[in-house]
Amino acid sequence: MNKASFLKTLFLACILLMPASSFSSATEGHETEPTHSEEFSSNDYISHHLVFNSEAVFSGEENRFWTLHLDSLFYSVFMALLFCTSFYFAARKATIKPPSGWLGFVELVVVLVDEQVKDTYHGTSKLIAPLALTIFCWVFLMNFMDLIPVDLLPWAGSLVGIEYMRVVPSADLNITFGLSLTVFLLIIYFSIKIKGLRGFAKELAFQPFGKWMLPFNLLLKLIEEIAKPLSLGLRLFGNLYAGELIFLIIALFTIRAATEQFVIADSGYMIMQFLLGLVWALFHLVIILLQAFIFMMLTVVYLSMAHEEH
Amino acid sequence: MENEFILGMTAVAASVLIGMGALGTAIGFGLLGGRFLEGAARQPEMANMLQVKLFIVAGLLDAVPMIGVGIALFFVFANPFIG
Repeated sequence: MNKASFLKTLFLACILLMPASSFSSATEGHETEPTHSEEFSSNDYISHHLVFNSEAVFSGEENRFWTLHLDSLFYSVFMALLFCTSFYFAARKATIKPPSGWLGFVELVVVLVDEQVKDTYHGTSKLIAPLALTIFCWVFLMNFMDLIPVDLLPWAGSLVGIEYMRVVPSADLNITFGLSLTVFLLIIYFSIKIKGLRGFAKELAFQPFGKWMLPFNLLLKLIEEIAKPLSLGLRLFGNLYAGELIFLIIALFTIRAATEQFVIADSGYMIMQFLLGLVWALFHLVIILLQAFIFMMLTVVYLSMAHEEH
Repeated sequence: MENEFILGMTAVAASVLIGMGALGTAIGFGLLGGRFLEGAARQPEMANMLQVKLFIVAGLLDAVPMIGVGIALFFVFANPFIG
C-alpha cells in the first residue's frame, strides 16, 4: 500500500463520515427539565445530566426536527480532528526502519485493521480499509469520552456559562445513526456500482425465492436491508447510553456530599463510589473497544456483501 | 394523582425488558463460549482465529439486550406515557 494514496483515501473517508452528526429531532429539550427544588434530588441530578445542549436552527416551537446538539457535534468533530492529525503526523515520518513510539502504535493499529479487512473483503475498492480504520478509531475515541468522570467536563462548562453538556457523542442517537446511515448509503452505492441498477433491482426482487414470489421477496429483502443500519446505530447507542447512565447512578452515591449536608457516612459512600466506579470503568473499557471493533467489522462485512453476487 | 397506575406499569415493563434481555443473552453467551472452547480444544492452532470470530458474534449478541436496556432506561427517566 502506497502511504500517500492511503492517506488520500483516509481523508476522503473522514470527509464522508463528517456529516455524521446530522440534523435530527432533539430527544430532550430545555422544556422537559424538572424544576429545581430546595433539596438536591437524585432524579434532578440524572435528568440534568441527560439533557443535550441543543440549539434550534429555525426559531419557533414547532421546529423540533431541525435542532442541533452542539455538545455532541463539538466533541465528535474534536475527536475526528484529533485522530486525523495525530495519525497524519505519524504517517509523515514513516520509513523502512522498524518503527518505535507513537509511529509504532499507529502502524500496529493500521496493520490490525488491514488484516481484518483483507480476511473479509474480497473486492477491489481502495476505500474500504481507510474507511474501516476511520470508523474504528473515531468510534473508539468518541466512546472513550465516557471514561472521563461524569461531572468533570460539565462542571468546567458551568464555570464558563454552559448549562447542559453531554460529553459522549456516541451516546447520542443522532451521531450513531449519522454513522450508520452513511454506511447504509455506501452499501447502496457499492451495490449499484458493482451490480448495476438492473442487477441490484433483480437481486432485490428475485433473490430468496423465484420470480413468482416477487412481493414476498421484496418484503424480506427490504426488511433485511433496513435492519442493517438500524441495528448498527442502535447497538452502539444502547451500549454507550447504558454505560453512561450506570456511571451517573454510581456518581449518585455521594450526592449528599455535593450539598452542605455532608455526614460522616458519606466518606464510606465515597470509597464505595470509587470502587464501583473503578470496576464499572474496567468493564466499560472492554465494551468500548469491542463496540468500536464490531461497528468496523460489520461495516466491512456489509460492504463486502454488497460486492458479491449470488 | 392519576399517574400512579402508569408509573407502576412502567416500572414492571422496564424490569421485564431488562430481565428477558439478560436471560436470552446469558444463555446465548453460555452456548457460544462452550462451542468456542470445544473448537479450540479440538484444534488449538485455530484458537486465535476463533477468538476473533467469538468477539464478533458476542458483539452481535449483545446488541438486542442493549437496545432493550436503552429503551427501559428511557421509560424510567423520560417516561413518554406521562402527560
